[in-house]
Amino acid sequence: MYTQALDIPQQSADKGPKAVENPAYQAEFDAKIDAGGYIEAKDWMPEAYRKTLVRQISQHAHSEIVGMLPEGNWITRAPTLKRKAILLAKVQDEGGHGLYLYAAAETLGVSRDELLDALHTGKAKYSSIFNYPTLTWADIGVVGWLVDGAAIMNQIPLCKCSYGPYARAMVRICKEESFHQRQGYDLLLTMMKGTPEQREMVQDAVNRWWWPSIMMFGPHDKDSVHSGQSARWGIKRISNDDLRQKFVDATVEQAKVLGVTMPDPELKWNEERGHYDFGAIDWDEFWNVVNGHGQGNVDRLAARVKAWEDGAWVREAALEHERKRAAREHQAA
Amino acid sequence: MERKEWPLWEVFVRSRNGLDHKHCGSVHAPDAKLALQVARDVYTRRQEGVSIWVVEASNIVASDPDAKPELFDPAEDKIYRHPTFYQLPDEVNHM
Repeated sequence: MYTQALDIPQQSADKGPKAVENPAYQAEFDAKIDAGGYIEAKDWMPEAYRKTLVRQISQHAHSEIVGMLPEGNWITRAPTLKRKAILLAKVQDEGGHGLYLYAAAETLGVSRDELLDALHTGKAKYSSIFNYPTLTWADIGVVGWLVDGAAIMNQIPLCKCSYGPYARAMVRICKEESFHQRQGYDLLLTMMKGTPEQREMVQDAVNRWWWPSIMMFGPHDKDSVHSGQSARWGIKRISNDDLRQKFVDATVEQAKVLGVTMPDPELKWNEERGHYDFGAIDWDEFWNVVNGHGQGNVDRLAARVKAWEDGAWVREAALEHERKRAAREHQAA
Repeated sequence: MERKEWPLWEVFVRSRNGLDHKHCGSVHAPDAKLALQVARDVYTRRQEGVSIWVVEASNIVASDPDAKPELFDPAEDKIYRHPTFYQLPDEVNHM
């Protein structure tokens, strides 16, 4: 959004976009952040702020795009036409979210091709959660309820992030995510009213997705490398642990209504804290998946690269078609 | 890397008749016709619009953010351009 290609006339040494690091610009930038203001695409920003945003927004975009794969897997096997239409709409939304975010990242002076190249060559990361397989139809419900639920918790504070184009993309995304979470929960409610086998299927899916979902909030605050600086810049408004706690508190109540339990014997209400306590997270598993050794890492990336390469001839043909049309028009004129 | 990227287009959507078109994002597309189609798929999946404009981004000319003071500050001290500047007698102050 708000293109990087806008033509700004009359650029000269003292008038063009400020590219250099300069204490006066820095002070102006800090003041804007402190006042809760927004930074827009062409405003001066510290190089480290720009780089952090490119990394974060593009990882976020990649996650949306790769996130289409585990669910797309079930479109042809949805149990009813209604569920199929819902799932199609949801997967289309994920694609849309990826596109809003790529456009936001591009305002920071990186091209779409560079961003995609980083994903396809494995240089850029995407959310590890999508490296887990979706084994049964109940997984589709649990992904909506827990995975999208965790994503919403993470994303709502980003609607007020200091970088305008990112914040605006997030507002749009959050509005749509709510549908994703609710349709997932609705799917599970329906299954819980079904046969004992269906109820078991839901519990099994919850058992497999619970821990990965609460890992989505990232490392504990004390181990989180980027958190301090990102908070200073107004990119991150609430800490990983606070968001995780908020998610656990909200979700445990929803599990009761659904009639499932979480696979954590240490999960219990702590009257004193006014929150649920929960067991220790297996961070070895988390880092193992982040570093490429999850169940689905290889397949996900291979599917993504194949889709991109198989579509290359279409992209090239469309460009060539337009080039010829423009040439014909030029000749006729 | 050889640049084979589709050009960038800015998307403006009128949410309903009676309102202005408003910028809502960008898309990549090879030509105007496809830019409209892509914009429709990306930005109006929930009846957000009744009309779409797409403009190739390279055709937009923008003001320089560093020129903000000289462009916009001069309006700051012209408070007499606002109706509230004029304090009229109570009997007619709803004017």
